[in-house]
Amino acid sequence: MTTNGIFQLLFYLAALILLAKPLGAFMSRVYQRQKTFLDPVFGPVERLIYRLSRINPDEEMDWKENAVAFLMFNFVGLIIVYGLQRLQQLLPLNPQGLGAVSPDSSFNTAISFATNTNWQGYGGETTMSYLTQMLGLTVQNFVSAASGMAVLVLFIRALARHSATTLGNFWVDLTRSTLYILMPLAVIVALVLISQGSVQNFSAYASASLLQPTTDTSGAKVTEQLIAMGPAASQIAIKQLGTNGGGFFNVNSSHPYENPTPFSNFLEMLSILLIAGALCYTLGAMVGDTRQGWALLAAMTIILVVGIFAAYHYESAGNPKFDSLGVDQHTTAINPGGNMEGKEVRLGIANSALWATVTTAASNGSVNAMHDSFTPMGGLVPLVMMQLGEVVFGGVGSGLYGMLVFVIVAVFVAGLLVGRTPEYLGHKIEAYEMKMASLLILIMPLTVLGLTALAVITSAGTSSILNPSAHGFSEVLYTFTSQGNNNGSAFAGLNANTPFYNITGGLAMLISRYWLAVPTLALGGSLVRKKLIPAGEGTLPTHTPLFIFWLIAVVLIVGALNFFPALALGPIVEHFMMIQ
Amino acid sequence: MTTQASQTLKKPLGLTGEMYRRALVDSVLKLNPRWMVRNPVMFVVEVGSVLTTALWIQALSGAGEAAAWYIGSVSLWLWFTVLFANFSEALAEGRGKAQAEALRRSRRETKAKLLHDPRDRSKFNIVSSIDLKKGDLYLVEPGDILSADGEVVEGVASVDESAITGESAPVIRESGGDRSAVTGGTRALSDWLVIRVMAEPGGGFLDRMIKLIEGAKRQKTPNEIALNILLAAFTIIFLVVCVTLLPYSLFSVSAAGQGTPVTITVLVALLVCLIPTTIGGLLSAIGIAGMDRMIRHNVIATSGRAIEAAGDVDVLLLDKTGTITLGNRMATDFSPAPGISKEQLADAAQLASLADETPEGRSIVILAKEKYGLRGREIHQISAQFIPFSAQTRMSGADIQPAGKSSRRIIRKGATDAIKAFIEQQGGVFPAEVQATVQEISKIGATPLVVSENKEVLGVIHLKDIVKGGIKERFAHLRKMGIRTVMITGDNQLTATAIAAEAGVDDFLAEAKPEDKLKLIRDYQKGGRLVAMTGDGTNDAPALAQADVAVAMNTGTQSAREAANMIDLDSNPTKLMEIVEIGKQLLMTRGTLTTFSIANDVAKYFAIIPAAFATTYPVLNALNIMKLATPESAILSAVIFNALIIVVLIPLALKGVKYRAVSAVQLLRRHLFVYGLGGIVAPFVGIKLVDMFLQVIGMT
Repeated sequence: MTTNGIFQLLFYLAALILLAKPLGAFMSRVYQRQKTFLDPVFGPVERLIYRLSRINPDEEMDWKENAVAFLMFNFVGLIIVYGLQRLQQLLPLNPQGLGAVSPDSSFNTAISFATNTNWQGYGGETTMSYLTQMLGLTVQNFVSAASGMAVLVLFIRALARHSATTLGNFWVDLTRSTLYILMPLAVIVALVLISQGSVQNFSAYASASLLQPTTDTSGAKVTEQLIAMGPAASQIAIKQLGTNGGGFFNVNSSHPYENPTPFSNFLEMLSILLIAGALCYTLGAMVGDTRQGWALLAAMTIILVVGIFAAYHYESAGNPKFDSLGVDQHTTAINPGGNMEGKEVRLGIANSALWATVTTAASNGSVNAMHDSFTPMGGLVPLVMMQLGEVVFGGVGSGLYGMLVFVIVAVFVAGLLVGRTPEYLGHKIEAYEMKMASLLILIMPLTVLGLTALAVITSAGTSSILNPSAHGFSEVLYTFTSQGNNNGSAFAGLNANTPFYNITGGLAMLISRYWLAVPTLALGGSLVRKKLIPAGEGTLPTHTPLFIFWLIAVVLIVGALNFFPALALGPIVEHFMMIQ
Repeated sequence: MTTQASQTLKKPLGLTGEMYRRALVDSVLKLNPRWMVRNPVMFVVEVGSVLTTALWIQALSGAGEAAAWYIGSVSLWLWFTVLFANFSEALAEGRGKAQAEALRRSRRETKAKLLHDPRDRSKFNIVSSIDLKKGDLYLVEPGDILSADGEVVEGVASVDESAITGESAPVIRESGGDRSAVTGGTRALSDWLVIRVMAEPGGGFLDRMIKLIEGAKRQKTPNEIALNILLAAFTIIFLVVCVTLLPYSLFSVSAAGQGTPVTITVLVALLVCLIPTTIGGLLSAIGIAGMDRMIRHNVIATSGRAIEAAGDVDVLLLDKTGTITLGNRMATDFSPAPGISKEQLADAAQLASLADETPEGRSIVILAKEKYGLRGREIHQISAQFIPFSAQTRMSGADIQPAGKSSRRIIRKGATDAIKAFIEQQGGVFPAEVQATVQEISKIGATPLVVSENKEVLGVIHLKDIVKGGIKERFAHLRKMGIRTVMITGDNQLTATAIAAEAGVDDFLAEAKPEDKLKLIRDYQKGGRLVAMTGDGTNDAPALAQADVAVAMNTGTQSAREAANMIDLDSNPTKLMEIVEIGKQLLMTRGTLTTFSIANDVAKYFAIIPAAFATTYPVLNALNIMKLATPESAILSAVIFNALIIVVLIPLALKGVKYRAVSAVQLLRRHLFVYGLGGIVAPFVGIKLVDMFLQVIGMT
């Protein structure tokens, strides 16, 4: 670890925290339909959308109606993305003449983008036409993120209200998330990325003569290189902001056209956590007690900081096995030192470790380095970040509502510890709430552990493993952890574009998105009906350092306890073998 | 009272050898899967025990997955785990059963004298008590045992209610008023009563009490249900964790090219160690013990739900008299009128009160004696005619004929306006200074009693409500816990304000009528608060029915007892505070043991994971930070620790976590430190100790 590296990490964290309040306050105005400076621009568009789709924005819905709206909307989006992939050879904006995508891969990708996962079993530039990328994937990048934000806002209203039945209107929250929050931010980020050198065009791929001709695997001489083009910057901006993570190019943000400069790197990393962090403040503002929002942001940040520094530490420490190969892992003025395998030299260890932690803390999943090539413990950090249930910042919207479920569990046990039926923000936590919270905590480990087990004992699963070792196990575990938490990042080394992985992964993504969102709304539907219990001396405050500490403990214990045995057989045993 | 009350109810509460024996037998009987399935956590352990027993038998036949002694030991300790949990429950139930038996003895079938006509007590049929229906009338004569709960329609009698209250002094039961309720199983001592049956056969107070104590009617409380759901979720997660570990292990064996897959025995052991068996095993014992603690305080709760609600109460409505103040007002000072000495006033006051047998009157005599050395004079020594208090004159006093004098001393004491009228009628003047004193006394919440002799005002006696010692500190504690105290009194605003300030209550309701009480409760509940109150009269019944925690005095009327969800056999209104503490204790005990149970898992992983994969990945021994001797001893130690910790914690489950009146934050910090951090550290030490012991006895 270098001073410069540590400074960059701290600078990043400071920027993230400083932006939480202004953006969070703005979003709270957006969701409460108060005046904003963007009204003159988007107001007419918004009203037009409501008129065309015959939505009365003043009509509120209960949790069931909202859940149906959410599911229907996502289902239609899923069908469109599937159709576009299957029919892209017949549709325009396909200068490379790319063919139809296979049914299982289309299935997986459609789910992947509708669920805000953006797991990519395919390589973008060799699979998807520009039309599919723009109309299918980029549109889903916006609306899947906006769907998550809408579900969160419905849930926040449940916490802010008492003795009510309705949570708001999903369609309104969806529209306003997209128009007032995602659109403007995406335009700004895209323009800055273009200024940094990201491509944004509809050209056919450019061809360049190699200065140093080479030979391919069959021994034929290669003198030309095809350089992929396309409307990349606009998709990259939203894939970062909406915690989607689906790269325009196969190598994602390690591609120079996707992530050209250190500044673009910083901006893209900031975009990953920006909205998720600010939503904590929005929560506080909407429930009328900003301390509640800061407390959650503090809990998330503390876990994130531990993750970042652990990843940075282990990557800087390098791999002792490299020493025997004569690799110099010492940090000097001209040598980054540590484990540089799978990392972009122009980005270095600090920024690769930071990105890896941030992208998995959020359910983003974009990468600027290959997580598969991290040291075992360095690779354990992204795994654990996802296995905590994507609640450390997490996906936009989904991360915070996931965290609120942990808050309810933490409040429940803490309430028992102080001898009082627990309450959160004046809502009594009773059997129904615990039923939903338990379900929400239960589903993810069940999906991830179950599918991993299926993959390692069936030949359909094991035949894709390129490293049959503890590391191979880590790769399978990572695959299902990523899809089962709607993250979408991948450990390479596993051929996941097979019918087995496409289908099981698709199921994991569906379960982790909708089986969590719908019980969350049900939980909201129950909380909103509760009578307000005014806070008194006997009420356990949920904004104190003690409660933050307790919440972190609950998140870590529930996450770590479920996955410790699996991790022991993967990264942990790899680590001990490496240092042996 | 309390010493007498212990006669029937408290005596069996000490754990006798007989109870232990019975609990041991019961814990085996409870292995019945149909019973076990009610507790999902322990049911999983039982299934695991059966499974490992089968594996042990297989190993005995020589085809086992590991050494027979090893599988057998794991299996044995898994059985112990189930038995220990059952034992805790049986022990908690056993205490109740002993009490129930004592009660049942007084509820044996009796003969009842069924009347056809309440006016004619000579004609009755002898029927069995179980044949009495609601609405029937029956006669009780001295020595009869009352056959059913009911209301006295006619007659007055003294009744021995020691069977339910433990109080051996008989009580008076009479028709009409607040003392008309009688309970089946009690015994009439004198006179006769005609009683209308108010309960269906088997639904009487005593029957309900027996059922409650026995736990037969025990239903899971809302909070317990919520906790059970969470524990079930943990159990399912860990079940999946352990089941999936087998495929992981199979893959790892082929990937590493060495070792053998993890055995079923180890997986079952891991599962049992991970699922929250400590809290799962003790949960029902904690609930039963909570009910039991109430009974030990001579409070019968009609449901566990009521006890739990007691822990959540935010507002206590307390009757002033008897709860906050001693029952009666007492004289505390004399304020003489101008030109009169204090001694003169004291002397007259004492004379006026000599025949006054009310507590106020007696307190005046005592004050005069203690403060001014005036000996209590015997009534017969002075020739005096005593005037008792009457509602018309609102005065009392004495007309004294001093020896050798012709003029009589006409001494009166009474309310200010009554004395004023009396004096002015005789042509006297009520001094302005005394008027000022009267107002001052009223202002500080005391009652002024003016004393006059002939047509002269001598001064004023201060009668004061005496706030019970230590009550202010108690209210301060309650406040710290977030509980508001509200004093209910029939006194006027001025008096109530002063007493409220002195007692340190948060609020008060003066000149309270029953409907005001009801309205106050509704208002608090509308604001989301949980309200607790005590009551005894029929006019309290609506408020009792409305309150979340309603404690009826056992001396109260049948309707008050019906409306309440708890009955205090000691009829002590201060009990409400203890009830709240017991409710909180119940929740805290559950919370602390849950935290402890889950925190334990950390150490168990460190014991079992390296041992389970010792042959596949020997490098994982780096995780064996406890340096446990062998893989077998590591797993066995974890299982043994897991079983023994249940036994170690049985006393805590039965006694409850010590209650402390501190704020929620302080309590959370303390409990997280003791049971959270302690829960992480304790098993590291415990498992290591068991491992060392196993080595010493050569089992490994």
